[in-house]
Amino acid sequence: MEFAVLLATPLGGSMLLALWGHRRRAAEINVALSLVTFLAATALTARVIGEGNLLTGRDQFFIDPFNVFLVALTAFVGLTTAIFSRPYMRVEIEHGRLNAHRLRLYHSMYQLFMAMMLVALTSNNLGLLWVAMEAATLSTVLLVTLYRTPASLEAGWKYFILCGVGIAQALFGTILLYFAAEKVLGAEGVRALLWTDLAAVKGELEPTVLSLAFVFLLVGYGTKVGLAPLHNWLPDAHAEGPTPVSAVLSGLLLNVAIYAVVRCKVLVEGSLQSSLPSNMLMGFGLLSVVLAAFFLWRQRDIKRLFAYSSIEHMGIVTFAFGMGGAVANFAALLHMTVHSLTKSAIFFAVGHAAQKAGSQRMEDIRGLLAMNPTIGWGLMLGSLAILGVPPFGVFASEFLILTTAMKQQPWATPILLVALGVAFAAIFGRVQSMVYGEATGRRLPHQPALLPVFAHLALVLLLGLYIPPYLAEWYRAAARMIGGG
Amino acid sequence: MNFTSLDLQLLNTCAALLLLVSFAMLSQRRIVSLVNLLALQGTLLCAATLLLAWRTGQHHLYLSAALTLALKVVGLPWLLHRLIRRLEVYWDTEPLINMPGAMLVGLVTVVFAFGLAQPIAELASTATRNAIGIAVAVILLAFITMITRRKAMSQVVGFLSMENGLFFGAMSATYGMPMVVELGVALDVLVAVLVLGIFFFQIREQFDSLDLHHLESLREDQ
Amino acid sequence: MSGLAWFTQLLEVLAAISLAPLFLGWVNQCRAWLQNRRAPSLLLPYRGIRKLFHKDAVLAEGASPLFRAAPYVVFGAMVAAAAIIPSMGTGLPFTTAADAIALVGLFATARVFMSLAAMDIGTAFGTLGARREMMVGFLAEPALLIVIFVASLLSATTALPLIAERLATQAPALYPSLAFTAVAFTMVLLAENARIPVDNPATHLELTMIHEAMLLEYSARHLALMEWAAALKLFNYACIGFALFVPWGASTGEPDPAALLLSMPVLVGKLAVAGVWLALLETVSAKLRVFRAPEFLATAFMFAVLGLLVHLLLGA
Repeated sequence: MEFAVLLATPLGGSMLLALWGHRRRAAEINVALSLVTFLAATALTARVIGEGNLLTGRDQFFIDPFNVFLVALTAFVGLTTAIFSRPYMRVEIEHGRLNAHRLRLYHSMYQLFMAMMLVALTSNNLGLLWVAMEAATLSTVLLVTLYRTPASLEAGWKYFILCGVGIAQALFGTILLYFAAEKVLGAEGVRALLWTDLAAVKGELEPTVLSLAFVFLLVGYGTKVGLAPLHNWLPDAHAEGPTPVSAVLSGLLLNVAIYAVVRCKVLVEGSLQSSLPSNMLMGFGLLSVVLAAFFLWRQRDIKRLFAYSSIEHMGIVTFAFGMGGAVANFAALLHMTVHSLTKSAIFFAVGHAAQKAGSQRMEDIRGLLAMNPTIGWGLMLGSLAILGVPPFGVFASEFLILTTAMKQQPWATPILLVALGVAFAAIFGRVQSMVYGEATGRRLPHQPALLPVFAHLALVLLLGLYIPPYLAEWYRAAARMIGGG
Repeated sequence: MNFTSLDLQLLNTCAALLLLVSFAMLSQRRIVSLVNLLALQGTLLCAATLLLAWRTGQHHLYLSAALTLALKVVGLPWLLHRLIRRLEVYWDTEPLINMPGAMLVGLVTVVFAFGLAQPIAELASTATRNAIGIAVAVILLAFITMITRRKAMSQVVGFLSMENGLFFGAMSATYGMPMVVELGVALDVLVAVLVLGIFFFQIREQFDSLDLHHLESLREDQ
Repeated sequence: MSGLAWFTQLLEVLAAISLAPLFLGWVNQCRAWLQNRRAPSLLLPYRGIRKLFHKDAVLAEGASPLFRAAPYVVFGAMVAAAAIIPSMGTGLPFTTAADAIALVGLFATARVFMSLAAMDIGTAFGTLGARREMMVGFLAEPALLIVIFVASLLSATTALPLIAERLATQAPALYPSLAFTAVAFTMVLLAENARIPVDNPATHLELTMIHEAMLLEYSARHLALMEWAAALKLFNYACIGFALFVPWGASTGEPDPAALLLSMPVLVGKLAVAGVWLALLETVSAKLRVFRAPEFLATAFMFAVLGLLVHLLLGA
């Protein structure tokens, strides 16, 4: 029941908003739909806590601790982003960057995007997972190009082509997986892509085919995660799309993509009994961290800056999943949570700051604290949180990852530390110059919604100080399920 | 599942012709012909699927063949032709590599693809397992077509050709994916092309051309 | 080796020598019909050769012995080639002496001598023609070799008569690889025999010509031999095509007078069809610029290699 509401609300909502999305109350409807989705997600979470894993919809959907926490997170950030986007989009309309019809497209695609991410997360069928990922890509292509400027079209095209090719690789990987599964699960085929069935027989799957399949799946979904060297689309898409879209791309879509990778890794590792998947994840992760940290220095656009920061953090998460084992997985899951909360909060603050300054170039943004202390503090605290300053949750997860790395992969620790240091210096320097100094901005016609920023940061702080026992229990269960190490 | 040698020969011929069409796409400079080649590729795919459906008696393959016919032989080419007429893009500029060069790269790619498919083909139990290598080759050749073209339209044709290769791969390795997945994939492809159609108009509005040269301004040092 | 085998051998060579100009005449006639022109006589090539033999040879100043020897070498190479191509019977005594690779070698020898002779005088046209001929050759030869390899792989031998025999006697099957190589072979045939779209045999003094440019300095019996050799080359290529792709009808196995008798009208029929086909191809295609010729031959090479790859992968 909760599950049906969870998926039907955004799906139906996207249709409703496709018709209604340009009217006056559309933004409120968007928020209301997101709220219903969030409530359904909460109810579902409660039920999974109470009753354990859930298999529904003719076994096509499967909910376990690993994805239910992502579902809850997705629904939550979806809600806060909807709240944030209400005043943000109004300002954009008054500045003439959007019109009512674009707004309708935005609302409709926003809900569709949410729906597709939720389908991807809860799907038990790896083929359906692929379909939902592709649909999510397509809906975000339209969101990224919402402003119809040359730069946004270019970003959208790059996004489409790169992710299109990437996701085609993932389809080939899925085909190979099905090929291996069909041999074990029988030629009837209908159940041979169900993750639960595959996980039950993962030891019998043909290792050669599975290792090949994993390469394709990792490259395919890895493109969506933004792993170097396939990350090119990510900064452009973040910088040129509307800020709420940047927030959900960074905060949610990357998580969903990494979720897909990890699901596949579990299967492949079970079959291979070798460290190939782990090593590949660690390699790609480390490369992304290092590359992103150094690219941070060259950025002049504030949204590109934080987009590269997302690549860096996805690299860290990928590396942690690559190490595997209970602690590293736990840390990776925690890091996914806190990163997506922090990064979306940062993008909310950045969006308002850029609106005030009338530009996304960092040299044009000055004196945020003097102009609007809440935005200034939001950006400052958010940046500190994302840089891993204690007592925020990012510190806790990064600390766990580093200590595990010291134990399991000592060679990687100095590389990680150097990259984190470089990233710290790059981001902190830039943010400082934006927050302090003399005010230059203009007044905005609508009050910004800053509640989401602080709500997110408060949660991150809370997770840094104290992880509620049921949450920790979830993480542990998910970490056990992912295994490895 | 009893294949006579004639069936296998026909299937192999379809596979070989698919490969040939991919090469033709690699060297074709006229966008209209490129779309026609795409339709031809779809037709071959459809024929192979029908033959396989008839021989293996798997009914969902008939549906898959009908889907291919409706979407890849009729629907998408029609849509693309309309777009070409409306946008008046008939020729691609000289590709990045000249034609003999592209042929050579293509041949090397095919050898690579055959090598890649070798372990899979050895494990496959389908009668069409030899065609897996061809499917991989079609995918890689479509990829090369995409990266050597400058016009958005040709890139899209390359993308769709890649999708054809993937379908053919799924068919020859496992007699097709489960129907849910195939429907979903087909739907996604359709939506992708519709989205691209919208996209083309926007690009043209902004740049007065579909040449991707204009789309090179976003760089790292911005 | 029975007497009949030797007789077949002799018959094939004589038939090649005598029928080659006729085949050329037939192609030209078909082409004229297709292009709505009044066709020249079928026997025109014979008359041209006879006329040239009656003239006195004129040699350019400074022509070396190579220049005079070349026509005989080229003609000899073509006759030798005709001896190992099974046009009527496959039980040829020369089978053991030379295989299909040697055949390609014979064509190459002819090409080398022709090019050397063309450069011997030192005129601009000769050198230009020779250079272009070498360019065409270096692209066409590998394609031809790969075509032959595919047929060899299918029949597990490199001797052309045995290839023809095995392909003719096994159960009929659909070979995509052979279809591809047939296309490649047709393209190589057009290029190697100076036909449209690579060269135009009907014109002289055109900046794009290849074959004719090499013969400009020849006269009388030398020219006659060269032209006869060109006709023989076309005939030989056509017969290679028959042997590889339509081997049915030739007498196979042990020499048998009845089968041999039957194979003669079959050969004539095949040649007639091939002539129409060639004329049709030449009519519907346009002469390519010389710089496009490599593209044409690259396509031929691609077809041949594709055939090979398809064979290796699909086993068909």
